[in-house]
Amino acid sequence: MSTGRDITALVRPPRSYFVNAPMGNNFGAAGDVATQSRILRAVLALAVEARDPGLILDDVLQWPAPFAFNPAPATPEAIAKQLRK
Amino acid sequence: MTEPAPDAARPYVRYIDKTRAYYLSQGYEKPYAWANNASAPFTPLSKPLSASTVTLISTSEIAIKGDPRFDDDPETRAKGNVYDVPSATPAAMLYSRTQSYDRYATTLDDPNAYFPLDRLHEAVARGRLGKIAGNCLGVYNAYSQRKTVERDAPEVLGQCRAMGVDVAILVPV
Repeated sequence: MSTGRDITALVRPPRSYFVNAPMGNNFGAAGDVATQSRILRAVLALAVEARDPGLILDDVLQWPAPFAFNPAPATPEAIAKQLRK
Repeated sequence: MTEPAPDAARPYVRYIDKTRAYYLSQGYEKPYAWANNASAPFTPLSKPLSASTVTLISTSEIAIKGDPRFDDDPETRAKGNVYDVPSATPAAMLYSRTQSYDRYATTLDDPNAYFPLDRLHEAVARGRLGKIAGNCLGVYNAYSQRKTVERDAPEVLGQCRAMGVDVAILVPV
């Protein structure tokens, strides 16, 4: 599953399913059961049908509002967690 | 400037460019080196989905409410970077502790949006899938390609093989 198409293209997993959604909602929006089910079905179909290594298949989802990645400074809690790894 | 048609596909976010620009703006001179593999490994699925065992592998810091393994205790966390989430866990008991998501455009309030355990159980009930493995797996982000390749990936593979997994869905968050 991918929401970062450029990163996926570099990493080259065996087969990938790209959903143009904000990071964190790979299977669709919270509470959108129909979309979650539809995307899961497509992902499982890809597991069966893919023949080419590194294939990226694009989902049709149109996220209802524009979104952009705006990196924010890490919070103290996030930094502390990283230091413990 | 021409406006895109209303039904035009929204361009996807260039995370690499944006991340690189952000770190340069913060004074880091050396850009982050993203993993860049020359080829992709590939194994065809050898059986129908209706006879396959599936698991989820997540970097969402998925956690179980009330499970002491997910206390913010360094001694607990030191037990491993790969951990199991029993697939029989009700989705209502799951939550994510990660801060690495698009907090401006979405939420992690619904685990099925990034860890679709309920949707998998429904697929099994409909006969689309054989079964879900006993455990799904969580992997903490290590931000180290060496740790991912040498430590975490072999651990994930070993656990998947031990559970007889045929299909592993990797869900990065």
